[in-house]
Amino acid sequence: MKPVAGPHSLLVIIPAFNEEGAVGFVVGEVRQVLPQAGVLVIDDCSADSTADLARLAGAEVLSLPYHLGLGGCVQAGYKLAFELGYQYVIRIDGDGQHDPRDIPKILAVLQESRCQMVIGSRFLEGDHNHTSFLRGLGIRLFRLLLRPILGRPVRDPTSGFVGVNRQALAVFSRSFPLEYPEIEALVVLQRKAFRFQEVPCRMRPRRAGRSTITAMRSIYFILHVLLGVFVNILKYEGRRRKS
Amino acid sequence: MDRLLTVTMVLSLALIVVVLIAVRRAHIRVEYSVSWLGAAVILLVLSSERWLLDGLAGVLGIGDPPLALLFATFGVFLLVFYRFSLILSHLKDANIALTQRLAILEYHVRSQQSAK
Repeated sequence: MKPVAGPHSLLVIIPAFNEEGAVGFVVGEVRQVLPQAGVLVIDDCSADSTADLARLAGAEVLSLPYHLGLGGCVQAGYKLAFELGYQYVIRIDGDGQHDPRDIPKILAVLQESRCQMVIGSRFLEGDHNHTSFLRGLGIRLFRLLLRPILGRPVRDPTSGFVGVNRQALAVFSRSFPLEYPEIEALVVLQRKAFRFQEVPCRMRPRRAGRSTITAMRSIYFILHVLLGVFVNILKYEGRRRKS
Repeated sequence: MDRLLTVTMVLSLALIVVVLIAVRRAHIRVEYSVSWLGAAVILLVLSSERWLLDGLAGVLGIGDPPLALLFATFGVFLLVFYRFSLILSHLKDANIALTQRLAILEYHVRSQQSAK
């Protein structure tokens, strides 16, 4: 992938960890929907053939030498996109749950609105089918928590189907939450006085593999994110600015 | 009381010896040995100088000097663990940044090689 400078340049990033059962299909779908866009799979040190299958399907692959977890993996993609000069980056999951046919919708809102971030929301049109009870409970809790912090409601704060423009890309390539980054990323944006918008998107069942979020992890997820949100609100930015 | 002070003194000396051996063998870096040595010296001084321990108990409002010694041990090691949490967090941040940078550099190298 060469450096790009076009005002409408788009990179679709797909963080993937042991997703050999779905990643090839997802890349193929993205390339079909947006043949002109760059497609980057960030392989989070998978033990299977994720990277090879992604390459075979026509994606560029950024291979992490160590497993960093979702936040570190996504941030690596943001850093590369920022260095290469992309104006817009849209992230979709590597398990096939997000429908790439919704990408143009997210891109259009990113380009036309003055929002720095657009979230593909599965709840704007009432789809609750693919969410477990505990996760659903967590999402309701975070909606309540985030409303006063963000100053506006957010329907799907845990969505990983997210588009950002270059302003947000600059921020996220410097500072991005490590674990369960979606909710904390909203707080990071809020601290920069950036804006976001939600657009309705379809959610499909996973094509392969199992979600890593079990019942116990859901509880850990809720506690971790609660703490992360408050830490991000309190975060001291002086050292980062200096560096 | 005397036995407790003696045990604490022996354990503090043992900690100093173990840490110095580890530093000599390069198992612990010098900068990370400072916290352990500092903790051990504080406990050694408190357990060998009775008047200091009594003074600490008075300052803390604890009538029982052995309890003050346990409190001081707890406090000293809490500080050591806190310092190591800071160091670990810094190292983790550095590791993540390095891992990402390495991946990006490898990506650029591979791109240039395939362009040739």
